[in-house]
Amino acid sequence: MSFRFKESSVLPGFGLSLGYTLLYLGLIVLLPLSALVVKSSELGFGGFFKTILDPRVLASFKLTFGASLVAAAVNVVFGTIVAWFLVRINFPGKRVIDAIVDLPFALPTAVSGIALAMLYSPNGKLGIFLQSIGIKVAFTQLGITVALIFIGLPFVIRTVQPALEEMDRELEEAASSLGASRTQTLTKVILPLLMPPIITGFTLAFARAVGEYGSVIFIAGNMPMKTEIASLLIITKLEQYDYAGATAIAVAMLLVSLALILLINLFQSWSGKHLIR
Amino acid sequence: MNKIKIYILKTVLLLFSGIPFLANAAGTDEILNVSYDPTRELYRDYNVLFAKYWEKETGRKVNIRQSHGGSGKQARAVIDGLKADVVTLALAYDIDEISAKSKLLQPNWQQNLPQNSSPYTSTIVFLVRKGNPKAIKDWNDLIKPGVEVITPNPKTSGGARWNHLAAWGYVLNRELGDLKKINDSDKAEEVRVAEKKAKEFIAELYKHVPVLDSGARGATTTFAQRGIGDVLLAWENEAFLSVNQLGADKFDIVVPPISILAEPPVAIIDTVVDKRGTRKITEAYLKHLYSPEAQKLAARHFYRPVHPENADPADIARFSKSKLFTIDEVFGGWQKAQKAHFSDGGIFDQIYQPGYN
Amino acid sequence: MFINILRSTDKRPGLNPPLIVNMAITVIALGFLFMFVIMPLIIVLKEAFSAGLSLWWASITEKDALSALRLTLLVAAIAVPVNLVFGLAASWALAKFRFKGKSLIITLIDLPFAVSPVVSGLIYVLLFGLHGWLGPWLGEHDIQIIFAVPGIVLATVFVTFPFIARELIPLMSEQGTDEEQAALSLGASGWQTFRRVTLPNIKWGLMYGIILCNARAMGEFGAVSVVSGHIRGETNTLPLQVEVLYNEYNFVAAFAVASLLAGLALVTLVLKSIVEWKTKHG
Repeated sequence: MSFRFKESSVLPGFGLSLGYTLLYLGLIVLLPLSALVVKSSELGFGGFFKTILDPRVLASFKLTFGASLVAAAVNVVFGTIVAWFLVRINFPGKRVIDAIVDLPFALPTAVSGIALAMLYSPNGKLGIFLQSIGIKVAFTQLGITVALIFIGLPFVIRTVQPALEEMDRELEEAASSLGASRTQTLTKVILPLLMPPIITGFTLAFARAVGEYGSVIFIAGNMPMKTEIASLLIITKLEQYDYAGATAIAVAMLLVSLALILLINLFQSWSGKHLIR
Repeated sequence: MNKIKIYILKTVLLLFSGIPFLANAAGTDEILNVSYDPTRELYRDYNVLFAKYWEKETGRKVNIRQSHGGSGKQARAVIDGLKADVVTLALAYDIDEISAKSKLLQPNWQQNLPQNSSPYTSTIVFLVRKGNPKAIKDWNDLIKPGVEVITPNPKTSGGARWNHLAAWGYVLNRELGDLKKINDSDKAEEVRVAEKKAKEFIAELYKHVPVLDSGARGATTTFAQRGIGDVLLAWENEAFLSVNQLGADKFDIVVPPISILAEPPVAIIDTVVDKRGTRKITEAYLKHLYSPEAQKLAARHFYRPVHPENADPADIARFSKSKLFTIDEVFGGWQKAQKAHFSDGGIFDQIYQPGYN
Repeated sequence: MFINILRSTDKRPGLNPPLIVNMAITVIALGFLFMFVIMPLIIVLKEAFSAGLSLWWASITEKDALSALRLTLLVAAIAVPVNLVFGLAASWALAKFRFKGKSLIITLIDLPFAVSPVVSGLIYVLLFGLHGWLGPWLGEHDIQIIFAVPGIVLATVFVTFPFIARELIPLMSEQGTDEEQAALSLGASGWQTFRRVTLPNIKWGLMYGIILCNARAMGEFGAVSVVSGHIRGETNTLPLQVEVLYNEYNFVAAFAVASLLAGLALVTLVLKSIVEWKTKHG
């Protein structure tokens, strides 16, 4: 094996498509984000760390990343089940259900936040019920998680669903004709094939949750140290015209997200090479 | 295939040209008023009134573009290049920042118009549930056991800063008996003790706050629609408006014996009007806010007019006569108040530090 | 027809769980969707129509609402195609070839999702604002990017940037390159291979990508809010108009506009259903 940048392939268009990808990525994503990094560097090394290591900022990081992980994990489990339901099970009116899955993207985040707060607040439809069994949702960390589940919900479903639809049925047929049990077919054939889209869905739902602002503030309560998310602290800094401080928090969040997502993606490409084949 | 492309291109261009900012008919003046949230209703009416006045005076039509949002956010937009001819914001601090950060207007802008450039004022009052079940009459009642207070986050809401400062001023007045002592260097020790008490009061007050919304109208919704809390701290004009809009049978307004005089100021953005050639009309626009008909309008929209004699007596009768102190006499102006209370490490941050009780 | 309820869609041998398992899956799936999607939707619709159909109609045909609608459609009409071209190029390069640094590029593509919407707006302020890198130059030439339509378009493109690419990359990776290689070896040109072999294979994924991208482009609030300037009838998109109405305590109109937005974003899904139906029955 030689140290080549790219393995040879007979397919054409690599240079063009990769070149365009990198150019567009650079212009739309990297250039603007570099402005963010440059702005935060105005604080200097000491100032940067003083800003992001403030106890309130740290508490908000813990809350934001923690709630996002929980929300993404919930979405993985239930999203995969929903995708399976939509593709593999006959049910009347399924198309309507299919349509509303995208609702969390279609609604402006503020509307989602208001609707969820109405629903889960102590005098809301579900809130009354949950309150009666001792669960308080709105204006708690649980409320934040609920909002994050909502906004990330379509990701897992919409990545797993097409993969299920396009999945080669013959593999399953072969497995069962070779005498594999249902559990074996599920764990040895189907789940490995679904792993890449599931991981992608998880990553996207997680990433989206980390940055979310609009829907969360209506249901969060926004109490310092308890229910204050990182995006709110960015706004707080901006309200004081402290652009450098705001960008410092943003950069810190970005670096953590970047590291986490990179880790997931590396794992995925590694497992793609070593597990599935 | 090519025909389709050309057609798509044409449609896109057509859509773009349909955006109204490119259209500006001759004989029409155009100005942009960048304002904060609670003034929507006021300026909707005032713009009609001014357009009539301007046409009568000059024979020219005027198109007033209107932008609303949180006061700080709007100020930031102007700082970053939103081309406002006039700003009409919640607090002088925000306009000070426009002057300091972007040099778009003179630092002494507040002297350009009468009454600190505030054609109307307001104060902070309590909105309580109908019949006032928790018997809330004064600031001290807010920290009674079992009382829940709704106020937005002063870090993100201009209105919440007025709430916070009003509570602070109440304690100083109670402890000192006379607010003039604050600027008396002989009484420095007495003032220091009073300020310590004020900080304790504020810390206790925020312990009674279950939700800190990011803006004033968010807090109103939490209180009115979600049914959370026993009392909402609000601008007087907002309190009246929400009683009107959300149900007179559900809420009562309680005016505390002492509160703060909130002065929402207005200013011309010099560099913008000079470049656009709109100085004459913007000056008229702001000056006319002090005219009898505009003062009457302000009172109708629950703002306290600076010339109450021009307003409808029935409107004026709605405002109770409590004692009002100004931000200058208690805090030495917005710059100082902002720095001591709301900047990073200020009083608001201190009372939420872990370990502070 | 009714006999088929809760049975597996595909009768061929394979993983066809027993009825009881299908039932459990259905209950869990519907319960989850009910708590998190259907109930919020019902809330929005209930509020939107709480004052009757005529008021709903009046709310969405009001002057400012219409101009917000036009702006929202314009923004989506630019952002979606732009990201579509990118998505196709990126997924081709990243899914069909093996090269070093691939994971890094995919991560960078994901990045806009992880950026708080507030920050997505802020970065354009830092670039094009009065004190931004390009601000002074733009000011001299009287070009307005932020607080005008171009800024809103840019922020939307940024926010919806990953959707189509991220939908296609895992799908194309899973499919591998065998079919394309076969087509090429049979003498098809690269472009023909892409159109006749690759595109049909990814059409559903592509469709989902477009649907999501479009929905998000029309629904984006935070980022657009930072660069909009909130000028009534000019730079307010539908989501911003919802906020305006909500802040005016005009809850009925606010939810009416929100329901319109939800409907608009789902139009693409109806189109998908039609295409699906036609391919099955045509």
